[in-house]
Amino acid sequence: MEAKRIRAPLTDADVMGLKAGDNVLISGVIYAARDAAHKKLVELLEKKEALPFDLKGQFIYYVGPTPAKPGQVIGSAGPTTSGRMDSYTPKILENGIKAVIGKGSRSAATVQAFQDYKGIYLAATGGAGALLAKTIKEAEIVAYPELGPEAIRCLVVEDFPATVINDAYGNDLYEEGRRQYVVK
Amino acid sequence: MREIDMAVVSATVAEICKEANYYLGEDVIGAFKKGLAEEVSPVGREVFKQLLENARIAREEEVPMCQDTGTAVLFVELGQNVRLVGGDFNEALNAGVRRGYTEGYLRKSIVKDPLQRINSGDNTPAVVHLQIVPGDQIKITLAPKGGGSENMSALKMLTPSQGSKGLVDFVVETVSRAGSNPCPPVVVGVGFGGNFEKVAYLAKKALLRPLGQPNRDPFYADLEKEMLEQINKTGVGPQGFGGRFTALAVHIESYPCHIASMPAAVNINCHASRHAERVI
Repeated sequence: MEAKRIRAPLTDADVMGLKAGDNVLISGVIYAARDAAHKKLVELLEKKEALPFDLKGQFIYYVGPTPAKPGQVIGSAGPTTSGRMDSYTPKILENGIKAVIGKGSRSAATVQAFQDYKGIYLAATGGAGALLAKTIKEAEIVAYPELGPEAIRCLVVEDFPATVINDAYGNDLYEEGRRQYVVK
Repeated sequence: MREIDMAVVSATVAEICKEANYYLGEDVIGAFKKGLAEEVSPVGREVFKQLLENARIAREEEVPMCQDTGTAVLFVELGQNVRLVGGDFNEALNAGVRRGYTEGYLRKSIVKDPLQRINSGDNTPAVVHLQIVPGDQIKITLAPKGGGSENMSALKMLTPSQGSKGLVDFVVETVSRAGSNPCPPVVVGVGFGGNFEKVAYLAKKALLRPLGQPNRDPFYADLEKEMLEQINKTGVGPQGFGGRFTALAVHIESYPCHIASMPAAVNINCHASRHAERVI
């Protein structure tokens, strides 16, 4: 199956054009943020304070990269387990984020939020950090440098490969894949 | 008595921190190739292709195969005829981790306190398992352990009447419930027997065995086979996208236990089953 090419900012129509199981290649800007950064972002949203970047139509990638070696843009940079972000994701989607990238299953409330706010959940190959780093062309810390690997980074990617897991229609690739291959 | 200087211990630990994170073992590479050849799911085969390419890049460019370069878990076998000189042994191990993770551009993933969550900045402290053995050498094995798969691990105090079925069901359920989260295809370390704390240690230790090498005891070798078959019927597959390769191997380590008890622990490792060792 031909991969669909997508880039930020995503519109509702872009999201509705993607289905669980679709392979995508992402180019352009994505924001790296994981556990500690999500906690801070949601605290700012609850206090209605200014955010370090505009969420509208953007991607968040759950990643905490290794330090760049001399000559590298970024170190190894594969996805971390997404479930830990479940308590924050509905709030993040409500405020404009359209796509989140990680690995592993999401809670029922988060899956519902992808439908309610027209968002998608994408998985990249967990443990392929050296390979995925090759698609990252620029990386810059935009907030919370004190968090080290958990700082928010603005990444510019080219043909970053991912697969749609949860779409805005309520489909779930993990459940469908498992149903297809389970041996009873 | 043979004298071993702490500077040598630190330098050795620093080296194996880098080695374990850059160079995936041939046993794991072999398991990926088998997966690429035998996985029935096309998406699953694509995952194996990516993992092989990822391992090649990591090895050739000397970069970590995964951004989660783990908790530094050290298994140390200290010969009883070794005299440790030139400083504090535990500090030497941690100094090695500090140096290896800094020089090797590895991620610092340890927070100083589970609730206050301030990064220690150098991936210390390591988790150290020390055993005194005969001889005049020190064997150090480093197994960097990722957080995502560690979070999917479980321990259960089974009772004797639950028998081997109780153990098999617990292991299979734990891996099945973990689903796509721990970066399948996983390696499953099973600790069985001992007591509450011993069984968790055994599960971790089971992960060190070369992939797919069966238990020396045919009884447990059969159980490992049965568990692997059942796990690979769950349909989870590579990365949870669906398929037959949910686990690459199941390794059991057992130990005698109390007449009332039958403890079991499942330590899940992602496909990046990394370890490196040196004998000083």
